[in-house]
Amino acid sequence: MRDEQKGWKDIPIAGVCWKPATEYHTGDWRTFKPVRDQAKCTKCLLCPMICPDTAIKWNKATEDIEFDYNFCKGCGICAHECPVDAIKMVREGA
Amino acid sequence: MKAGQQETRAMNGDEAVAYAVKQSDVDVVAAYPITPQTIIVERFSEYVADGKVKTEFVCTESEHSALSACVAASATGARTFTASASAGLALMHEILYVTSGCRAPVVMAIANRALSAPINIHCDHSDSMAERDSSWVQIYVENSQEAYDSIIQAFRIAEHPDLLLPVMVCLDAFFLSHTLENVKVLPDEAVREFVGNRQLPLITNHNGEKVPFKLDPDNPITMGPLDLFDYYFEHKRQQEEAMQKAAQIITETHNAYSQLTGRRYGNGLVDSYRLEDAEIATVCVGSTAGTTKTVVDQLRAKGVKAGLLRLRNFRPLPVRDIKEALENISAIAVMDRSNSFGGYGGPIFHELRHVLYDTSSHPYVVDYIYGLGGRDMPQNIIKGIYKDLMEIVETKSVKEYVQFAGVR
Amino acid sequence: MVATISWKFTAREIAEKPELFTSGHRACAGCGPAIALRQIMKATRGPTIVTNATGCMEVVSTIYPYTAWKVPWIHTAFENAAANASGIEAALKAMKRKRRLKQEKVDVIAFAGDGGTFDIGIQALSGAAERGHDFLYVLYDNEAYMNTGIQRSGGTPHGASTTTSPGGTDIPGKTQMKKPIADIMVAHEIPYVATASIAYWQDLLIKARKGLEAEGPAFLHVFAPCPRGWRYDTSKTIELARLAVETCIFPLWEAIDSEYSLSPQSKIMTLKPERRKDVREYLKMQRRFGHLFKPKFEHVLTDIQKIIDKRWNKLLKKCSMT
Repeated sequence: MRDEQKGWKDIPIAGVCWKPATEYHTGDWRTFKPVRDQAKCTKCLLCPMICPDTAIKWNKATEDIEFDYNFCKGCGICAHECPVDAIKMVREGA
Repeated sequence: MKAGQQETRAMNGDEAVAYAVKQSDVDVVAAYPITPQTIIVERFSEYVADGKVKTEFVCTESEHSALSACVAASATGARTFTASASAGLALMHEILYVTSGCRAPVVMAIANRALSAPINIHCDHSDSMAERDSSWVQIYVENSQEAYDSIIQAFRIAEHPDLLLPVMVCLDAFFLSHTLENVKVLPDEAVREFVGNRQLPLITNHNGEKVPFKLDPDNPITMGPLDLFDYYFEHKRQQEEAMQKAAQIITETHNAYSQLTGRRYGNGLVDSYRLEDAEIATVCVGSTAGTTKTVVDQLRAKGVKAGLLRLRNFRPLPVRDIKEALENISAIAVMDRSNSFGGYGGPIFHELRHVLYDTSSHPYVVDYIYGLGGRDMPQNIIKGIYKDLMEIVETKSVKEYVQFAGVR
Repeated sequence: MVATISWKFTAREIAEKPELFTSGHRACAGCGPAIALRQIMKATRGPTIVTNATGCMEVVSTIYPYTAWKVPWIHTAFENAAANASGIEAALKAMKRKRRLKQEKVDVIAFAGDGGTFDIGIQALSGAAERGHDFLYVLYDNEAYMNTGIQRSGGTPHGASTTTSPGGTDIPGKTQMKKPIADIMVAHEIPYVATASIAYWQDLLIKARKGLEAEGPAFLHVFAPCPRGWRYDTSKTIELARLAVETCIFPLWEAIDSEYSLSPQSKIMTLKPERRKDVREYLKMQRRFGHLFKPKFEHVLTDIQKIIDKRWNKLLKKCSMT
């Protein structure tokens, strides 16, 4: 990060942001990872609605949901709320 | 446009300000009433009520909200104006820094009034002097004509793409705010043309696109983020850079306006009076300069080489102009209409003496705190100050560097 | 005053709608307010400008130089979200009048937490409501000053332990009650006021949309649990939000032109009282209430139930349900 730091002449005025947050990955905060059982999943789309981090996305092309582990912080809300128990939280690296 | 096309109207300082705002094609006025600024918002409300302006007038529940609304409106691309004084300005304190930090070119009129306690509605400069570090341009006017002229100039100064900082136009409570004077006003179209449209420079947003610097759903930008030790300092450095450019923008604007109206206030930054060959001089801001000029004329008639330097701008401080105007003066008295309690004199004294420190002539510089809470500054007190200066020159010594003038 | 609802939010429609509040924000894992913001931004109907009070959501979404916002967004201070919204709305109005606005209509949303709403921001909020600016004010309520480290606010409930109302040996956490902020906003006689919960996303989206469609000020009070401040496992955020409704500690209702009506999730508690859950079930899941389960402070549990019952009965009367 340090090498990216710019001087006052090179940044927009007034503190206007110049990077999208999507370039900042929060996935490495995670200790538990949600893993979906595709056989159980009914694609009810509850989990994308209640994910605080937009880390569960609906892929229109494949008609399926996708976990974005670049951003998933591993809170476990999706697994806890899944009405058909299709998501399990698994320890990272286990 | 010729000065001849101007119309003379009897107006007090507040009315002159309101009239200038009316003519400046302002989009949003958000304000809260406080004596002695009230007439500004009252008159402006009348313009709104009578359909004379297309401005959206937001009569807020506090000064804090008034300035907050102005910052947000300005960020949305609107030309904005507010007015306040004393406690109202103090309540805005937090948002004054936000305004400049957001680079919102808000224009504000301040009817300079003493700060409580005890509560006092009359003139001194303790309110705006307390905000001198807030990164606002500060213009102090001498009379209602200058109040009118300065408000019009202020929009063009604040919105200049190289500046984008808020401007405060300060007029003395009651002495100016409530006193009727003949004020020459320009035709509406002339003012409209002079202030122009709000300019929005392009800025790089989070998508790497160059977009207009405003909150626009078609070209989103994020303003006012959390800015920590890695970039906050750089943003403050940018503000100082803008302030350093302000002097030139102010003089250019002042010159352009002078061509239109035939009126000049020195070079727009400082206004010298009979200083060319002066040996002794006073320095002040605001309406006291008027009385002082009379005293200077009387002294000159008696052969005393007296002069006056009125600072029109206190922020940015016109360092070069102060040096040029005063370096050949033997003894200088600063007249401060506010005090820095426990400091060494008032705020103007601090800065003036500091500026003159590295001149080769090393003039004597003394300070007089005067006029707190609206206490009058009559000619005889000002004469006394010049008399003290003459004594300093004669004896080559200073008895007291900081004194209080007009206190019992 | 509120337009007829001719649309429905289906899960599919919402899932396919672009994210205006994106990934990469740095809210804690399991953050309730982040869910609230995501969901509300899915309810927008067109060009929108957002202003945010100082607080968790402001901080986590815009750590310079990054921004999680795809809409124009401004933060200026803590106590002035409603004043900012007033200024934005006034600017839009003036520019529209002067034919300088490209868009036909731009919606304005102000987000603020409980500190920025119940406490330091109530003056600006009340002023903006009285002046009748057309904007949606969203209170995301996590019941304390979480951004500064879990200090009590006017939104903290009775008995909760915070860092400035700690559950001690003598004092059982916050001794005062939660301020009825949404009722205070109804008393302003603004066109739309509602309470909502992140546990019921469809209800929340519909209410947010109604608030945007209302002509004039709208106030949405969203219940948004905070795992860090309430001290529960991060996976339980939605469960707690649901329990708050099921125990009637946070009922869902709306007031259109000051006419109260219970939302279905709370209405069911009157139609089928057996569905109503014991508040202890809700409280015991959170360590901020842990001290109340010691014998010395058990009476506080009774007090909490009394407060809930009193407020619930009052609400039923307002909703003409008694």
